[in-house]
Amino acid sequence: MRAPRYGYFRQAITLAVILFVCAQSAFAHPQKGEAVGFLTGFRHPISGLDHVLAMVAVGLWGAQLGAPAIWVLPVAFPLVMAFGGMLGLMGVPLPGIEYGIALSAVLLGAAVMFEVRPPLGFAAALVGFFAIFHGHAHGTELPPGQSALLYSIGFVIATGCLHALGIGIGTVHRWVWGQKLLRVAGGLVAIGGAFFFWKAIA
Amino acid sequence: MKKNTRQSRLPLYAFVAFGCAMYAIPAEAHLNSTGMGPFYDGLIHFLMSPEDIVPVVALALLAGLRGANHGRRALFTLPVAWLLGGLVGLSAMTAPPHPFIAAAWFLLIGGLLAADAKVSLRLTTALAALLGLYHGYLNGTGMGQFDTAAVALLGLAFAVFVLIALLAALVVRLRAHWARIAVRVAGSWIAASGLLMLGWAVRTR
Repeated sequence: MRAPRYGYFRQAITLAVILFVCAQSAFAHPQKGEAVGFLTGFRHPISGLDHVLAMVAVGLWGAQLGAPAIWVLPVAFPLVMAFGGMLGLMGVPLPGIEYGIALSAVLLGAAVMFEVRPPLGFAAALVGFFAIFHGHAHGTELPPGQSALLYSIGFVIATGCLHALGIGIGTVHRWVWGQKLLRVAGGLVAIGGAFFFWKAIA
Repeated sequence: MKKNTRQSRLPLYAFVAFGCAMYAIPAEAHLNSTGMGPFYDGLIHFLMSPEDIVPVVALALLAGLRGANHGRRALFTLPVAWLLGGLVGLSAMTAPPHPFIAAAWFLLIGGLLAADAKVSLRLTTALAALLGLYHGYLNGTGMGQFDTAAVALLGLAFAVFVLIALLAALVVRLRAHWARIAVRVAGSWIAASGLLMLGWAVRTR
């Protein structure tokens, strides 16, 4: 009984993917910037490798720590990052942003590499602290003329997707080889963070 | 044999869908061009307005997470309040949407959802009523003549009803722990979007 259902599901998914890929733009709303707002917002968090490293590391660490950190950290990061973005948009200055971003990749990567298991509150506070730097950097770089609503939604969804990517990779933690792989991945994130830190100083 | 026959049709379906999609023309959903009448104009207006949809989605998820009673209460309160607010808005002067209030709705309902707040039935009802009245009022002020606009508002309220019914029912049925957490994550994303919108509103003030 299950095989036909799966077949229908696969057909439906195939059709949906084709339709979405080939669909043209809708010209239903004339509001300024709305057509590009979502895509610009979605692209923004994934446009810088330093941001990507840190956000994936959050997902990796959450997966390593298990429940409830696996969902607390990815919930805390976008919320606090948005708060940082709000500060950036409002023009509230924050010193050492580039250092903070690079250090986030170093420390989060190191946490994954050494499988650090602090109390949940400390882990959430650490992730939240660095999220402010990431959000502030994004907030000060927002391009004018976009739809605020769609830009914000795209921005947050992209961030969430990066965390989900990290969590997805982190599911290999259940196997011994996966645990080693995660630690290697954490090391690579930390090395990447160190590189960006060196670039920020130089 | 039966299974193989079904699977072999997939490339045909895909080819037909691909052909249709390649020749798709731009959507013409708005009032002046659809010619489908004011009811569907109102319905499609809602479906094409993310600033209206997102708070409704958030409220539906919140009500669904709290249980069937909350879902039912939101299901009947929100569309009625939306319709009433719209009717009031029709006879009011133009009132442009206030970006701070829009951001506040995102923050409030998204935050409650992310926190899995144990809201009472009264609070759910009040949230649904206020949200419906506010957004309905904004929709009503932007509409034209009363006779056709009232029908458009009816279509709009119908779309709200269908959306909240589907989403709340979906969430009420969720039992898996991860699925309920996914709903809360969606709430955190909505709240985060609200924070960014708030900053944006301050910047462009």
